[in-house]
Amino acid sequence: MLKVSDVVKTFYPGTPNEVRSLRGVSFTMEPGSFTNIIGTNGSGKSTMLNAVAGVFLVDSGQIELSGEDITGWSEHQRARRIGRVFQNPFSGSAPTMTVAENLALAARRGMRRGLGWSLNAALRGEIAERLKSLKMGLENRLDNPIGNLSGGQRQAITLLMATWLKPDLLLLDEHTAALDPRSADQVIRLTHEIVERDRLTTLMVTHSMQQAVSLGDRILMMHKGEIVADLSGAQKGRLRPEDLLGRFDELRRRDQLTPAVGEMLERLYV
Amino acid sequence: MLLLISALIYGLVFALLALGVYISFRIFHFADITADGSFALGGAATTAMLIAGWSPLVSTAVGFLAGMLAGASTGVLHTIFKIHGLLSGILVTTALYSINLRVLGRSNVSLSDAPTLSKFWADLLRRVLGASERHNLFGWMVGVQDLSNLFALTLLVGLLGTVLFLFLKTNLGTAMRAAGDNAQMIRALGASDKILLIFGLALANGLIALSGSLLAQCQEFADVQMGIGMVVWGLASVIIGESLVGSSRFGILIAGTIIGSILFRMMIAIALRCGLNPNDLKLITAVFVFLALVAPRWLKTLKSRFNTDLVGEADHAQGL
Ligand SMILES: Nc1ncnc2c1ncn2[C@@H]1O[C@H](COP(=O)(O)OP(=O)(O)OP(=O)(O)O)[C@@H](O)[C@H]1O
Ligand SMILES: [Mg+2]
Repeated sequence: MLKVSDVVKTFYPGTPNEVRSLRGVSFTMEPGSFTNIIGTNGSGKSTMLNAVAGVFLVDSGQIELSGEDITGWSEHQRARRIGRVFQNPFSGSAPTMTVAENLALAARRGMRRGLGWSLNAALRGEIAERLKSLKMGLENRLDNPIGNLSGGQRQAITLLMATWLKPDLLLLDEHTAALDPRSADQVIRLTHEIVERDRLTTLMVTHSMQQAVSLGDRILMMHKGEIVADLSGAQKGRLRPEDLLGRFDELRRRDQLTPAVGEMLERLYV
Repeated sequence: MLLLISALIYGLVFALLALGVYISFRIFHFADITADGSFALGGAATTAMLIAGWSPLVSTAVGFLAGMLAGASTGVLHTIFKIHGLLSGILVTTALYSINLRVLGRSNVSLSDAPTLSKFWADLLRRVLGASERHNLFGWMVGVQDLSNLFALTLLVGLLGTVLFLFLKTNLGTAMRAAGDNAQMIRALGASDKILLIFGLALANGLIALSGSLLAQCQEFADVQMGIGMVVWGLASVIIGESLVGSSRFGILIAGTIIGSILFRMMIAIALRCGLNPNDLKLITAVFVFLALVAPRWLKTLKSRFNTDLVGEADHAQGL
């Protein structure tokens, strides 16, 4: 279970470049649930995921995972519990190392790394087995440097790496945004399969309204560092991509309106 | 022939320096200039221990450990105190200059009266081959000291190269390579890239100090200046090794680095024999590394300029 309470994060506070990326965000995720985060550019979606992953410490607020307060944990400590796939397909794997070596690293996520061999016959077999389940023919490329693979292939492997040991929480930050449509479809299908099979608690940022309505059981809509809509259950079930786009338009209209209305009121009454 | 043997011996000694530089520059992509300080530290620490009457084995081990400490310091300055990597190395190297002077007591110390590893294995060889001072090696008469240095260092460097290769295949070694390749990824997989870097720099500088320690014992003196220019020497060996093996597999690169170090030494020996002024050696080395670093880029721009010229002319022709 993930519990985010009143999380605030401001970058460059007190300078002209100050950005209030998270302005008191709270939400709770039940174990095994799948939540989508959508929102305009710069609304704080990635910042939210990074705050949970521990890329930086938050200014205030609390983050609990599986009943433990992880607010002060460092990024690598949290990685014991959290699996991540990044937007950039190159971020999730070590390019000069082989496919097998990369997966072997993931097979020990959060565990002690001592002087045992990182790869043995049994692990290689299991790696080949799991790669085969991706149906991309990657089981024949175990000893290729992973940097030689395509973005889609690397992203599929990163997903496999993030979920090799079942994480308490899976964080996906627009992990299909940099892929061509066909690879994106493939990776989304794979995401669906793995999440369903392992009943993973998943938090996914997406730009695709189609993905947001078809995947998962809840949608959080962010705008200017706040959650402005929380749609789940029957309400989400009825949702179509057009409805979401409508809500974005509404937000945009309100943004344009508010300052103007304020000015008008000021002129009239002050 | 003597020239070749001596180049081989020193090439092997400096191969450990090159392996250290390989770890920091190539595995971690960290421009670690601590090497200059830790190389001299290894020589100084071992020499001081030997003069104080410790056994060569213990003295050499202390040299190695002192180097690890120096490397770890640079790593801590960079990761914990967030000081720029190059500056971290400069700070530690500057501090080491004073420390090395203190350790040695004065700017250079002779080991001719102290027991060294080098003398130890020469005695060992004498016991095996009999008391004669010169022996036939493939038709050449070679002194016992050189012969034993050659055997022992070949064994030692071969062994350490193999151990390094095997280490890089362990869980810890694999995580270290990943930390150098993609720090974000290794953090996301639950390992601290900072601790891995600190450990990697410690290991690199331990090897570099060991190289300094062996040099002091083979040449029978240590000098506080003996580390100057060592980063560039190591880098030259690594680059020669890389272009020689033309592979990105680390096992082959380790072997390449060792061979590169030996070749580099031979090139220098030949240049010196042909009349190169020893004072110009460091200048020549720096120019060589400079060329090795920029040549690939020059070739590329030359090639693309040549291509665009052709394209430009074709456009022009079409326009007419
Ligand atoms: N590390 C950082 N340093 C400074 N500013 C940051 C940092 N990370 C995010 N920001 C700022 O915080 C705001 C929110 O950014 P964030 O990346 O969370 O948006 P997003 O919702 O993920 O947008 P997108 O859809 O474009 O990915 C932006 O104004 C961004 O510039
Ligand atoms: Mg984002």
